[in-house]
Amino acid sequence: MGSPVQGAGGPAAGQSSAGTDAAAAPTRRGTELLLLGFAAFVVSAALMLVEANQEQQLTLRIFWYGLAFLGLFGVAHVAVRRFAPYADPLILPCVALLNGLGLVMIYRIDLAMTEKALRAGREINNDVPKQILWTTVALALFLAVLIVVKDHRTLTKYSYTFGLVGLVLLALPAFLPSVIAPTINGAKIWLKAGPFSLQPGEFAKILLLVFFAAFLVSKRDLFMAAGRRVLGVDLPRARDLGPVVFAWAVSLGVLVFQKDLGTSLLFFGTILVMLYVATERAVWVVLGLTLFVGGAIVAYNLFTHVQQRVANWFDPLATYADAGGGYQIAQALFGLGTGGVGGTGLGAGRPELVPLANTDFIAAAIGEELGFIGLAALLLVYTVLALRGMRSALAVRDTFGKLLGGGLSFLLIMQVFVVVGGVTKLIPMTGITAPFLSYGGSSLLANYVLIALLLRISDAARRPQTGARPRPVPQAPIAEAHTVMVERPT
Amino acid sequence: MQLTRAGFLALLWLFVLAALRVVRSDLYAASGLRVAVPGFRKSTAAKMRGKAPRQLVVTHGALAGTRITLDGRPIMMGRADDSTLVLDDDYASTRHARLSLRGTDWYVEDLGSTNGTYLDRAKVTQPLRVPLGVPIRIGKTVIELRS
Repeated sequence: MGSPVQGAGGPAAGQSSAGTDAAAAPTRRGTELLLLGFAAFVVSAALMLVEANQEQQLTLRIFWYGLAFLGLFGVAHVAVRRFAPYADPLILPCVALLNGLGLVMIYRIDLAMTEKALRAGREINNDVPKQILWTTVALALFLAVLIVVKDHRTLTKYSYTFGLVGLVLLALPAFLPSVIAPTINGAKIWLKAGPFSLQPGEFAKILLLVFFAAFLVSKRDLFMAAGRRVLGVDLPRARDLGPVVFAWAVSLGVLVFQKDLGTSLLFFGTILVMLYVATERAVWVVLGLTLFVGGAIVAYNLFTHVQQRVANWFDPLATYADAGGGYQIAQALFGLGTGGVGGTGLGAGRPELVPLANTDFIAAAIGEELGFIGLAALLLVYTVLALRGMRSALAVRDTFGKLLGGGLSFLLIMQVFVVVGGVTKLIPMTGITAPFLSYGGSSLLANYVLIALLLRISDAARRPQTGARPRPVPQAPIAEAHTVMVERPT
Repeated sequence: MQLTRAGFLALLWLFVLAALRVVRSDLYAASGLRVAVPGFRKSTAAKMRGKAPRQLVVTHGALAGTRITLDGRPIMMGRADDSTLVLDDDYASTRHARLSLRGTDWYVEDLGSTNGTYLDRAKVTQPLRVPLGVPIRIGKTVIELRS
């Protein structure tokens, strides 16, 4: 539609909606439960195939695992039923499928790594119990967010707090001593306390996104004001460039101090898209991309690790043997090539040959064992997830909800693009996790918070409006009425 | 082995298809948005026959979407500012056509326009009765009566 979204707030969707309209608007919770069951079945089947192909004993154990999985998400389902009854029925099952297949894949890589370690006479820690623990914690956090945030509009009240906390979290690892914030795999983005490590940047993304959505809603008119006209394009006024420059500076700072390409790309891209959604002006995107290209060129010339990534991207085989060279990407491409169209079958490939197979390169492991067909299906599941988020953002009635929903959905799909693009050598590898699939507590926790917020927005979007819909005005008797223009859309 | 491999891929795609099915069934359901389904519209159009027209709707042209409630007084159409429906249409004359009520029926009458008025493809040369839902074309603007 041509006209931009109007006004913050808007008519509130009432909390007491269980009344008359409830029957008219289906909640579709039954569909959700059915699809959750289906997801649990798919995950159990995957586990069974892995066990069979890895010559483990096939016992009733798998059945219990499947049931436990279903039980875990059943709790989430009941919570959604209770606290967000009109939420989108597809979001939770898609997340369950991705998370479940991720667990199976991590388990499968664990098996391979254990075997490898046994042959070398070493002991290694399995990742899958930790990931199951993280999943449980993440679902608990998901419930907490769903219960605490009764209405997404309350988030606007704390937007500046969120923004500040987000910035602090983002910057924290860079300035702490390396006892607490060690450099892992070349990036200084971790906080470590005992056996637990967290990536605060994952949470910072969501907090900053909430802040930006609220900020853009309150200052939206500023960005609509046109400045000078150059070459037939309305350039924004220089002083309105503040947020773009701010986002640019933050993402560049992340790049410089933490050597984290992925997060900086993700952050900047999401802010740009939100600016575009808020203003409907492509100038912002063009400007942002120009800034980005400029920053990227400067970063390329200044930092060796950026140069290395780009070199690995152009030709992974040329730097195959170098330290930090193209080995990873080359191995991932070999894996994808081995998989081909149909894949080697779950548990029948050699995904452990790719370094970091259970985090950044899990897409390669899946591509190897499920092939193009399986990887495409998983990418479609991601797409459906983002699609439902965008759909909710379109349908929700307040501007903040629209911006937040759009931003969160875009953040999700952008993560997928950056990591899968990196693995498949479409863009330089930037090292972020695939949402829900990869091993990693912080990523899982943060993405479940994201999903809880999306469910909250979709609940608000699909909840029937009580009394807000205007009744048709009773018409005067024909003899007395004047000729009036009833409706004239612009 | 090959069977389970293909079977699992099929299962995965079944999930995707099931999800897309839900998306499809949900297309019109969200947020109480009512979108006219073609079949639905036809049935109401059939019901409309035999009822008295209550409004005039512009279906094509610059004013598309405009509605005017009919109250028995004649409706003037043309570029003149005092027309009931002011047509901003290059092919319309200043005083182009008139819709007027005679008894229970509405009649359209051409007021000597340059480019003519058409009632469902037939050029209007004398006052013609306008049935419900039959398009009247003036230049690039198409209007019809609805109940």
